[in-house]
Formats: sequence, structure tokens, C-alpha cells
Amino acid sequence: MGDLKLMKGNEALAEAMIRAGCDAYFGYPITPQSEVLEYLARESEQRTGMLAFQAESEVAAINMIYGAAGCGRRVMTTSSSPGMSLMQEGLSYIASAELPCLLANVVRGGPGLGTIQPSQADYFQSVKGGGHGDYKLIVLAPSTVQEMVDFVKLGFELAEKYRNPAMILTDGAVGQMMEPVELFDQMPRRTVFPEWATTGKKPGQERRYITSLHIQSEKMEEINHRLQAKYKKMEENEVRYVEMNTEDADYIFTGFGLGARICMKAMQMARENGFKVGLVRPITLFPFPTKVYNDLGARVKGILDVEMNAGQMVEDVRLSVNGQTKVEFYGRMGGVIPSPEEIYEHFIKTFIEGGKK
Amino acid sequence: MSEKTFVDLESEIEGTVTRESICLEENLIYQKPIDTLIDTPMHYCPGCGHSTAHKIFMEVVAEMGLQEEIIGVAPVGCSVFAYHYMNVDMQEAAHGRACAVGTAIKRVMPEKYVFTYQGDGDLAAIGTAETVHAANRGENILVIFINNGIYGMTSGQMAPTSLAGMVTTTSPYGRDTSRQGYPLKISEMLAPLPGVAYVTRQSVHKPNNVKRAKKALQKALQYQKEKRGFCMVEIVSNCPSNMKMTPLQSNQFVEEKMIPFYPLGDIKTPEDK
Repeated sequence: MGDLKLMKGNEALAEAMIRAGCDAYFGYPITPQSEVLEYLARESEQRTGMLAFQAESEVAAINMIYGAAGCGRRVMTTSSSPGMSLMQEGLSYIASAELPCLLANVVRGGPGLGTIQPSQADYFQSVKGGGHGDYKLIVLAPSTVQEMVDFVKLGFELAEKYRNPAMILTDGAVGQMMEPVELFDQMPRRTVFPEWATTGKKPGQERRYITSLHIQSEKMEEINHRLQAKYKKMEENEVRYVEMNTEDADYIFTGFGLGARICMKAMQMARENGFKVGLVRPITLFPFPTKVYNDLGARVKGILDVEMNAGQMVEDVRLSVNGQTKVEFYGRMGGVIPSPEEIYEHFIKTFIEGGKK
Repeated sequence: MSEKTFVDLESEIEGTVTRESICLEENLIYQKPIDTLIDTPMHYCPGCGHSTAHKIFMEVVAEMGLQEEIIGVAPVGCSVFAYHYMNVDMQEAAHGRACAVGTAIKRVMPEKYVFTYQGDGDLAAIGTAETVHAANRGENILVIFINNGIYGMTSGQMAPTSLAGMVTTTSPYGRDTSRQGYPLKISEMLAPLPGVAYVTRQSVHKPNNVKRAKKALQKALQYQKEKRGFCMVEIVSNCPSNMKMTPLQSNQFVEEKMIPFYPLGDIKTPEDK
């Protein structure tokens, strides 16, 4: 068993980064995730020699990620919504050049400068592409501080396995809350780098270059086919989700991250009042757990999707359910966190009272 | 004593020079750097300064024995394909971000040499922030800055370094400084920063200038070896295609118009630091 500590989400994320043998972090301060860089600036270099670098902007930070990842280093950046928007161009290049790296978006309410309060309104941006071109990120959605830690390790593993950027999509509440966490043991930083990394031309070998430019459309289509095949493999092998009380469920509550965590409480309230409610919480938002929704859709009376946005993941839930059952949405926006009571009330109003009409 | 003309020379050597003899080592007057520059046709327009700049820099890399020690960053612009010609490990950066990419490469591999190769649109417009901050942090990298005062790859739009009054496709009546701002002297702007070790402005439009530019590139890599800080070699260059000139005319333009505004020579050396 690893160390047990009481930690703030953002600091736990930073601690996990050091322990995961990360080589470098490049970031720019933005609320509500500035603790990440602050923590690393205090700790990382002394403990493992890991570089913690404050860039001049998020635009620079993501391109530094490109540069260091291109040298085969294990690298990570974090930001929050407006900053993550600035990183989208760089992410598209990283995805195209197939450079593994890990990002965390500690989401705040938008659009625009918005608010510094927690939100889940960047689902579309994270899951559907965000930048230009056909590409996908591996997206992990933690609902606890413990998962912030675990998903750093998992995120690096998946990113490196697929040579693809991975993202932890969390929010200001998980980033700021304190919870007990079990930390994994310190992993060594790597000393051998991948065979594609630009670490200086080796004698007798071809030079290596990292690029996303392929002027010939046939060549670019070939690259696209390769990427799509990779995403398909992720869909086959990497879907992760949590199911609770679904065996006997008449209704399903669903959501991701903090939204799902609040749904758990609402599910308990429903159960106490005699309604058989279960819960599905996707851990990977891409690849999306399509099958579990499709299977449940065939046998439950309805699904209530709860998010801290205007209804984003619900589109994927509806596509997965494919009209087999009713899918309703309840959301709060702009940094407002829904309470279990209002979710329960909405469930009663929509499915129980509405269902009697 | 009058200089010999080409005709004199031709008649003098007639009969003594054969197709085979001109390839003999002792008769070579021009040679591509053998291993550092890839033997392939370049996409650059005839007469463009890029190919000369590529060649002399790759000569320097070969002569200093750095082929295995150096990592380059290509920009967006005409030299986007620099990695097709330079036989060293390279990364292709997003438009303007070469200094950020170069910073990261150097920071994770401080024992290696790092250079960026950027044009004026890339470095002095969209990438100004990354350039200034890399310079100000004293990043121990070499920035090769090709300044031809125009956007080449997108076909002749106004660059931040276009001269006042210069006609481009987006300043068809000449660059009007009251509306379109003044040409930016990036080298002079960066030189005062304490992190900057070496800034020099060179050109490749005449043989002597090519030699001087090569020397400057050599010095810059030597300074990088000595960890002196940020080095930039600006090369004032031409763009025959977009200036709608012959290569010779475009080099005359460099001589007569560009260099008076962008004077050649060292702007800062480590001794001034």
C-alpha cells in the first residue's frame, strides 16, 4: 500500500505527476488550477529532477509540450477552460504528429472569461476534437481526488501505448477539494527513449523528424486512416466506466466526474423512496462506453443525464441509446453545482409524475 | 593589371579541362556539405537565399562535428520543409512557435545543440511573443532568422519587416506606415535584453557576405557550447518570385534598399553583455 495523505485535488495531481516519473511540466497560471505549477515548482526538481516550467502563455506551453514530447520525454501540462482553448491548435498538431502527452483541464464556467467556479462545459471541446481536423484525445473524467492521482498514471500509460495525447477532464471543485488519497510509489524517470524521438541523429541511421505536414492529399488521407484505425482500437480496448445498482434498475442516472458523484447521492434518495434507480459513470469520455447505454436502453424505463453544462454528454448517451428509451437531461451552468435534491426532484417530475400523465 | 575575363579564362583552360578533371578533389571550387545536407532538389525558387543559408549552416554543423548533437526546429513558411534538406533530427513547429518548441527541446536535453530556422512572418509577426520570451529567458539556443521583408509561401503579402512604401499584395499602394505600422527591427529590439548573448545581422546576397554569415553561424554555435545564452543570426535575404524580380534584381534590392534600413554587422556580442 502506498502513502496515505489528505490532499487537495490539484496538489494530488501534481504529486502524482512527480511519482509517475514525468520528465517535464510546462504550464501557465490560471484559476482554478494554479496550485499545480506552484506545487511542482516547490517539489519536482529537488525530488526527481523533473522540470517545472512557467511558460509565457498557454500557447507557448502546449508547443513546449510538443517539443519535449518529440524528444520522447514524459510530459504534462494543465490549464483551465480559457487556457485550454488557447492550447487547441497545438493539440491538433500533437495529435497529428502522434506525440504522447498528458493534459488536465480543470474546467471553469464559460463561455468567455466566464467564472472561476467549477463547470463541465468543455466536454464537447475535449471529446469531439477541439482543434482543427479529425483527431481524438483519450479523455478521462475523475470524480474524486483519488482518481486525479490514479488517472495521471493511467493517462501516461494510455498516451504512450497509443502515441496519442490524453486528457484528464476535471473541474474546479475536484481540483480544489481535499480528500484522503493513496499515492502510488515513486516510478523511475525513463533513461531510454522511443525510436521515433528526436534526440540527435544516430550514426548510420536515418535522421528523425516530427511533423504534421503532408502536402500530398493522398499521403494526408493515409495518415488520417492510420489515426482513425488507432481511435477504433481505443474504442475496442480502452472503454472504462462504473455501473452501480443497474441489475434491477428501472431508471438510470448518468453523468461524468463531479456530476456523477452528485447523482450517486440522488440515486440513494430515490432508492430510499422506493424507486429502483441505477447509475452509470463513464470514466473514459473518449472512447465512450456506448454499449452499456445501448444495453441498458433496451430494458430501463428512462435515463436521466446530469451535467454541469447545457447538455453535452447527453448527445452521446442519446446516440448510444438510439431511441430505445427516454433520455432526459438536467443541468446547471456557469459554475453552479446542482444539488442531489434538485436532481431527485427533476427525476420525480420528469419520469414519475410526467410518466403518469 | 586588368582582371581576366571569362573569355580569357575559357580559352586558357580549353583542352586542359575535361568532364572528369573538374570533379577532381584539387579542382573543386564548390561542394555541398556531404552528409549534413541531403542530396535532393530543393523546392526553393531559383536565386532564393534560403538554399544558401541552408548550405552554409549545414557546412558549419558538419565542420563542427555536431550532426549527432543538434536538433533543429523548422517554422511555417517557405522553409517549412527545412527538415527535408538538413540531415539532422528536426521538429516542425506550429506557425510562430519555434522558439517555444526549441526552448523545450533544450530544457529537456541541455547537453544537445538546438536551433530554430524561421522567416520574418513566423518570427516577427505571429511568433513575436515566443521569440521575445525565449530571448529574455536567455534560452541557450540559436535562432536563424531569415528576413526578406515579405511572406513567401503565401505569395507576397506584407510582412512586419516589409520596408516603408514597399508594394506587396496586401499593401498594393505601398506600405503606409501611418496605417500599417513601421518595419520591425527585431534584432535591435532583442539586443538590449540581458538574456541575449549574440545578435548579428548578415546577408547571403554576395560571396563575401556568405562567408561572413557562415562565420556568424559558427560563432553562435560556439557561444551555445559555452552556454552564453540566446543567440540570433538574422540573414537579410531576397524573394525574387514575390518581389517580381530576377534573382540578380532581387539581390540588388537587398543591397540598395534592405541593407540601408537593416544594416549588417554585430549588434551585440557576449563581450557587450
